[in-house]
Amino acid sequence: MPVLAVIAPGGALGALARHAVQTALPTGPAGFPWATFLVNVSGCLLIGVLMVLITEVRPAHRLVRPFLGVGVLGGYTTFSTYAVDVRRTVEAGAPLTGLAYLVATMVAAVAAVAAGMWLTRRAARLVPGNGAR
Amino acid sequence: MTLVLIVLGAAVGAPLRYVADRAVQARHDTVFPWGTLAVNVSGSAVLGFLAALPLGDGVMALAGTGFCGALTTYSTLGYETVRLMEEGARFHAVANAVASVVAGLGAAFCGAALAQALL
Repeated sequence: MPVLAVIAPGGALGALARHAVQTALPTGPAGFPWATFLVNVSGCLLIGVLMVLITEVRPAHRLVRPFLGVGVLGGYTTFSTYAVDVRRTVEAGAPLTGLAYLVATMVAAVAAVAAGMWLTRRAARLVPGNGAR
Repeated sequence: MTLVLIVLGAAVGAPLRYVADRAVQARHDTVFPWGTLAVNVSGSAVLGFLAALPLGDGVMALAGTGFCGALTTYSTLGYETVRLMEEGARFHAVANAVASVVAGLGAAFCGAALAQALL
């Protein structure tokens, strides 16, 4: 099935990008997991941009969303590492860091999606002749 | 070698997320994104289990960073939450964010407890 055939390499690319960020910004067991935080928030900003572009600004090829949205951004962002990172900080004796990370990621992620969508809608309105609302 | 293992794990995890999401979403007709919740919670349980075991770097790259990392997603969770808000389903949006965090964290702790019981 071609949809799965583009999701797999997209997911692999996203996971490699996540690994690169995590390698560049290592966190100790009790530290705030900045790498995963940055990965998840930036991925959320980008999905907001992508979804407005392909659903409101200009229709895209049917494999664009599976490749970029489900594959690359889905593989780049991660929820399991987020949950396990929270547990790790608690086990390391830093429950407040874990709680701050837990809340900050969720709030920043939702805000980033909304910001990406809002900015893309605004930018699309500046371009004459496209169908953005 | 680590990069190859991550690629292999993610190349399975990401398509599995899509298939599982479709399967779950086909089985209910509410606006709630149960599919993403299901993959995020199950992926958190598996990674919680793996992270509590004394595994080598290779296994963690393949099954942790690659498979569990790509099986679960924050971008779709964030997007679906914002879409629910935009559609006026504010309760569902908040419930989605809270349920994901509570169930995901609970799953990670359960996975780890299971691993520790087996050790």
